Amino acid sequence: MTEYNFAYLDEDTKRMIRRAILKGLAIPGYQVPFASREMPMPYGWGTGGVQVTASILTPMDRLKVIDQGADDTTNAVSIRRFFQRTADVATTEHTAEASVIQTRHRIPEERLGAGQVLVYQVPIPEPLRFLEPSEVETRRMHALEDYGLMHVKLYEDIAQHGQIATAYAYPVKVSGRYVMDPSPIPKFDNPKLKMGAIQLFGAGREQRIYALPPFTQVVSLDFEDHPFDPSKADHPCALCGAEDSYLDEIITDDRGGRMFVCSDTDYCTTRREGDTA
Amino acid sequence: MTPMFDIRDVSKSFVLHNQGSAVIPVMAEASLQVAKGECVALTGESGAGKSTLMRMLYGNYLASAGSIRVGETELVGAQPREVLALRREVLGYVSQFLRVVPRVPTRDVVADPLLALGHDPQETRARAEEMLARLRIPERLWALSPTTFSGGEQQRVNIARGFVHSYPALLLDEPTASLDPVNRETVLCLIEEAKARGAAIVGIFHDAEARARVADREIDVTGFTPERAA
Amino acid sequence: MTPILDVRNLSKNYGRNIGCMDVNFSLYPGEVIGIVGESGSGKSTLLGCMAGHLRPSAGEVLFDTRAEGPRDVLRMSEPERRMLARTDWAFVHQNPRDGLRMTVSAGGNVGERLMAVGARHYGDIRAQAVDWLGRVEISDARIDDRPSTFSGGMQQRLQIARNLVTGPRLVFMDEPTGGLDVSVQARLLDLLRALVRDMGLSAVIVTHDLAVVRLLADRLMVMKSGRVVETGLTDQVLDDPQHAYTQLLVSSVLQV
Repeated sequence: MTEYNFAYLDEDTKRMIRRAILKGLAIPGYQVPFASREMPMPYGWGTGGVQVTASILTPMDRLKVIDQGADDTTNAVSIRRFFQRTADVATTEHTAEASVIQTRHRIPEERLGAGQVLVYQVPIPEPLRFLEPSEVETRRMHALEDYGLMHVKLYEDIAQHGQIATAYAYPVKVSGRYVMDPSPIPKFDNPKLKMGAIQLFGAGREQRIYALPPFTQVVSLDFEDHPFDPSKADHPCALCGAEDSYLDEIITDDRGGRMFVCSDTDYCTTRREGDTA
Repeated sequence: MTPMFDIRDVSKSFVLHNQGSAVIPVMAEASLQVAKGECVALTGESGAGKSTLMRMLYGNYLASAGSIRVGETELVGAQPREVLALRREVLGYVSQFLRVVPRVPTRDVVADPLLALGHDPQETRARAEEMLARLRIPERLWALSPTTFSGGEQQRVNIARGFVHSYPALLLDEPTASLDPVNRETVLCLIEEAKARGAAIVGIFHDAEARARVADREIDVTGFTPERAA
Repeated sequence: MTPILDVRNLSKNYGRNIGCMDVNFSLYPGEVIGIVGESGSGKSTLLGCMAGHLRPSAGEVLFDTRAEGPRDVLRMSEPERRMLARTDWAFVHQNPRDGLRMTVSAGGNVGERLMAVGARHYGDIRAQAVDWLGRVEISDARIDDRPSTFSGGMQQRLQIARNLVTGPRLVFMDEPTGGLDVSVQARLLDLLRALVRDMGLSAVIVTHDLAVVRLLADRLMVMKSGRVVETGLTDQVLDDPQHAYTQLLVSSVLQV
């Protein structure tokens, strides 16, 4: 493994990214531009998250990688193997054991705390993007806290669907200042954004890093008469029976058969092992 | 008693910049006073300057020299908003032509001067309808724009609009032209009522009988015509 | 009485070319001033400078703010100016597409300014949107339709509703009836006139259409080559123009 520097990126790049991370932590929710590097994987596979993870990883860390809550999907397996090969770090599938967790589209069900870092892969960091195509204008809107437009999106949801239909990437306001896209996590996970672990968000293609220090105030945007509702499918998990976890719907045959199971595979497995033990 | 209209040594010339800068003097040293409750008729042949003087009294034409006082306001050199305030509160004008925003109902056209003064819209509307009824504009036309009306009807709408507010000073440009005898009588009554409540009136009346009935004095504007040689 | 807008020695150069030069005027509450002149005369530059869209080269634009009285808009911070722009000011663009969000419903377009100043009750926002659509004569059945499905006249009326919903005191209009059919223009003029009076608005209207200013404006400013060549009461300037250029402008209008 001598061909690569520890965790693939060179030390100068890591320093640059760490500076962006520190700035992000100092200004929670603010999108810090950084010089994203070419990574040996295509954009959309988590190049932003991977660069953040590479920059914070130490040889003593224990890494967990999940994609949509699962440790065993292609994306998660590839990234985990990438860091095993380039950093030779220990890995785990157990949330509680991990010091660094890279995730795509989920926050683990198990409560995270001090000593842990959650790294998100972010496709589009700009929450105002679909309403205002100009980057110059959206940056100015953030700078001036000109956020009326964000509520226009929610207004449109209610006008069209009778409720706020945004179910993932649900916009939040951080520390009463910046409006932030929490990456495409289900809105069910939004209340968990206020947590004891450090949260770092990396967008490789868009070259942005942003962050939430532990226990930062994070408020999901809503209307007084249409309050935020972190709902999920109204079923227990078909495998472990959990009623408090986020569920995936799985189609089981061509005749309309389906089942709901925990999207967090570690959570589900741990619960089932606990039952048998 | 101070006159309502006090015009002293007013002269006016047009400078046609785009026609060799020709200077055309149209009025020289015009002076005229009109007291409250008095009606003065301007006479003189066509082109003598009756309309020019009327327009200067309304602030529509600028005077080149002299002084024009209407009530408390000196029109020569006045700021636009002073002229607007004067027109809103003191000085009414019944012109021969109706100039309105298309599509506005006749009722609202007539109510407009009162609305501009901030009167209650409900009362204003009632007062406008009263005027229209008095001038025999059929009720079915009140909700329509007067732009499509006949000349005589437009003239009466104009009169209703000019008399809807009790202006202390009034300018009347041919108020009885193109009116049938019944409506002509109504308009003459309106003028007499205005005089009775103390309005000072300057008017142009080609209708000699009407002029004799309402005017207290006649002023021949030919006397204000500058020497053509000058 | 304090003018709501007081423009002093306002100039804007584009390199060595003059955009507008030494413009001075005061606008009093409830007054409507028209700025006329041919294309390139500097009227739109002047409007842009006053509304904070363009940075003037020199001069002051004093606006009578609610809280602190007259303040130079050009010396305000950008957040302050934006706050003004979405509360006490309105700007009606010639092309409604420049003033509307074409991918957002009519109701969302009207509601945006309310939400920008903190409205967070969907029902109230929607009720206000319905009210304003009614005032500009758009059926509330169209509230959830996008403006791209509206006619040009409807789009312009929607833009006006979107601008006036926060009860501004000063409205800038750039050729508000340009690009509309004549029949639609009349309706819009009537609507604007009623709104100006009912809301006690002060307005600056830039147009090259003398018929529009005759009906809407109390006063006129005639511009040529970046300079104001004549000012006065609207009907006086149009009926007894003093400056050579105004005489040319007035005499060039085709009579119908």
